[in-house]
Amino acid sequence: MGARSGSVLVVGVGGQGVVLSSAVAADAARRCGFDVKQSEVHGMSQRGGVVTSHLRYGDAVHSPLIAAGEADAIVALEWNEALRALPALRPGGTLIVSVERILPPSAFLDRLHGALRYPPIAVDLLRGTVPDVRACDATAVAARAGDRRAMNTVLLGVLSRVMPFSETAWDDAIVANVPPKALGANRAAFAAGRALQADDARRALARLARSDEGGDARRAAASLEIVDAWCKGEMCGICVRSCPEYCLGFDAEATAVRVTRADACTACGLCELLCPDFAIVVHPAVPA
Amino acid sequence: MSSTGESSSSVLLSGNEAIAQGAREAGVGVATGYPGTPSTEILEALVRSDPDRDVYVEWSSNEKVAIDVALGAAIGGTRALVTMKHVGLNVASDTFMTAAYTGVRAGLVVVSADDPGMHSSQNEQDNRFVARFAGVPLLEPSDSAEARDLTVAAFEIAERFDTPVLLRTTTRIAHARALVSVRPARRPDRGGFRRDRPKYVMLPGFARQRRIVLLDRLAALAEYAETSPLQRVELGDLSVGVITSSIAYQYVREALPEASVLKLGLTHPLPARLIRDFCSRVERVLVVEELDPYLEDQIRALGIAVEGKRFFARAGELGPDSVRAGLRLAGAVAETAAPAAQQSPPTTPRPPLLCPGCPHVVPFLALRQLGAVVTGDIGCYTLAASAPLEAMDSCVAMGSSIGMAIGVRRSGGASAPVVAAIGDSTFMHAGIPALVDAVTNGTDLTVLILDNGTTAMTGGQAQPGTGSTIRGDPSTRIDLAALCLALGARSAEVVDPYDVAATHRALEKAVASSGVSVVITDRPCVEAPVKVRDTPFAVVAERCIACQLCMNLGCPSIVWDGGLYEGRRRVRIDASTCTGCAVCAQLCPTEAMVPLTGTAAGDGR
Ligand SMILES: Cc1ncc(C[n+]2csc(CCOP(=O)(O)OP(=O)(O)O)c2C)c(N)n1
Ligand code: SF4
Ligand code: SF4
Repeated sequence: MGARSGSVLVVGVGGQGVVLSSAVAADAARRCGFDVKQSEVHGMSQRGGVVTSHLRYGDAVHSPLIAAGEADAIVALEWNEALRALPALRPGGTLIVSVERILPPSAFLDRLHGALRYPPIAVDLLRGTVPDVRACDATAVAARAGDRRAMNTVLLGVLSRVMPFSETAWDDAIVANVPPKALGANRAAFAAGRALQADDARRALARLARSDEGGDARRAAASLEIVDAWCKGEMCGICVRSCPEYCLGFDAEATAVRVTRADACTACGLCELLCPDFAIVVHPAVPA
Repeated sequence: MSSTGESSSSVLLSGNEAIAQGAREAGVGVATGYPGTPSTEILEALVRSDPDRDVYVEWSSNEKVAIDVALGAAIGGTRALVTMKHVGLNVASDTFMTAAYTGVRAGLVVVSADDPGMHSSQNEQDNRFVARFAGVPLLEPSDSAEARDLTVAAFEIAERFDTPVLLRTTTRIAHARALVSVRPARRPDRGGFRRDRPKYVMLPGFARQRRIVLLDRLAALAEYAETSPLQRVELGDLSVGVITSSIAYQYVREALPEASVLKLGLTHPLPARLIRDFCSRVERVLVVEELDPYLEDQIRALGIAVEGKRFFARAGELGPDSVRAGLRLAGAVAETAAPAAQQSPPTTPRPPLLCPGCPHVVPFLALRQLGAVVTGDIGCYTLAASAPLEAMDSCVAMGSSIGMAIGVRRSGGASAPVVAAIGDSTFMHAGIPALVDAVTNGTDLTVLILDNGTTAMTGGQAQPGTGSTIRGDPSTRIDLAALCLALGARSAEVVDPYDVAATHRALEKAVASSGVSVVITDRPCVEAPVKVRDTPFAVVAERCIACQLCMNLGCPSIVWDGGLYEGRRRVRIDASTCTGCAVCAQLCPTEAMVPLTGTAAGDGR
């Protein structure tokens, strides 16, 4: 695509500043005399969900959305969202990504095995399919520039090197869109991002790898021994209410506790710990 | 008329901002609405653009009230705007249908922001049919510039034909930004109320006469639609002609830059002669429209052979890809080898979540533990239906929770306690009549009102319990507990949802009592109107036995990278997002969660 038209997809997680970044880039495009259209979805997705913003510029722009495989650049404020957005990138396009990992609760659903549901952060592997990956730890760069929350603006600085917008246009756009009290940090963050030469992500990658050590222990469900004679049933119910896996219920007369979801028991031992009458013993399974 | 000059300048505006801009340029005097994605920002932009308070703006208690206020204002002689999301028009339609009979005097423009693809909605109804149903003119902009232009035009059409006008946008118009030439705002005209009972009192005798007026007006509008500047014929290659409107037009222009296009801005009533004439000039006619075959079916009824939904989906949003694919299927664009698109490696789904410290979490944890059947409602708290809380069993329309709870009880089908869970704004919107129903018909029922003091789901708009108006002026705060007791509830207990035990006890007591028992959880939303940030908590790693109990809150600040205990995942709290609600600390059996004071054990990364 020539310099007279182009498109950028900005992606991230609600609260990261996707919409503001995209607004700044759109404003910079406008200041360079381009027609501009920009589209994002507000509302539900902003509650910690995925946020994407499409920006298209050129002599005359019709669609506010970028077609699949046609984005010149993707700016990803988070790793998982970078991968999700990949189908939008045109062959030869640029992926700008911060090696930021925001783990959603849906990554922790396999409690029995403790398997973390999150794609490995493998920048080098990604280069096999996307030659132009520009990875950095934008939060660390922003922190050095004065405010870690300006990480989105660090990425705009990186983006500015592949966009045909003048430095003045970028600066004017930042001044016009960023709240005055955050302006200093954002200008510094932009300059730091623009100056980034090679990847600046090694330390962050090492930290993320360390924090993930020891995951994925394969385990099997435990078994419970309940002494009916000591259990007070519904009169107490402490274990039924506190079992994190909702494994327990009562028998038909509600005089004793029964296991209702045997497969889900992780042998955490909370019921044994909390039972005031020592009526439960948890027998962990031998690891499979 | 106080026009303040005619200079124009070009700015980047969202469709919603452009509608506010157009309304200001048209001299709107009263603007009302009820929040709803993707319409909410119209009134917010209007307030921003009007520091001198020339316009009266309000968040109304619901869309029906909003349109009544706007209709009253129009009859009172000033131009009025009313905004809502598509489903809001269902609520407002009682007035809307008959306002088409009375007419308006000063211009009345009703904005319906539809949500194809259901980004933030419970259905994707196509509200173009409502204009046809009511017999009201329908305008459909295709970008921000047209959103401004058509808003100005809508006021003029409304006055020229003495009718409400429906301006219909969609998410991709409302939330897309584009360049718009703007002109200065105009001070509202105040034309004054003029008594006219045969026109405004819809007793059957008068309404019968107005029905004829409505039909005659429609005929005049159909004539206007033929020559209106809002319709555009773009002749090019004559082998294919496309009839289209709204955002679909933009995708068509992108995919078929050479084609002949009939682009309709006024889509009810349709210009039959213009359409016939266009179709006679081209060899083949395709209709490209989002959602239902609204244009296609009407054009076919004119006896013209057109094709449309054969090639384009009826469900979901159109986009540049699906429009190109449909045109390819229709043989209108050449079959090109699609570029080898990147595949996405497996990723983690990221559904919307309740915020760290959200006051809605604890009552739903309690309801889950009580095993209640929970009829739910619409708002942030609807997210309690998903993992890990999984504590809501229905969500249909604003205010439905209470009526549906009555029905579930009366069905005799629920052995567990039945609880209706409803947000404060939703309760004010449509919950009150249903509570009256439960009281007067003697149904035993528990109603949980989640009072967070705001309309959070749509971004934190003021509502009757907030104690302020859309402009931030103080207003009378409605006391929910007193209201419920006045309506005849047996009890109305106010509880702090950050107190886990107290919330549990209050709900347990309520479900065990007879009559209508109300529990009100009282804690502000942590995001709006102010961001609540207390001392964050940290996990003392050695104390964590990895039981996962805290994980059942679904708090996004609690994550799994604290190492292992007996092979299970220990947890860590992300101090940069934790709001310090202390709820997890109350659940933890080993007291591993402690406030992160300067020297505490945990790390916030
Ligand atoms: C008829 C209708 N109008 C508007 C909306 C948009 N909407 C969804 S939830 C909601 C209100 C939420 O407020 P509240 O009940 O206080 O719950 P909260 O989000 O604050 O938890 C609104 C206005 C809708 N879905 N339907
Ligand atoms: S915005 Fe407020 S009500 Fe909505 S999830 Fe967040 S804290 Fe809860
Ligand atoms: S105190 Fe606990 S539950 Fe509350 S926000 Fe922090 S981590 Fe989440």
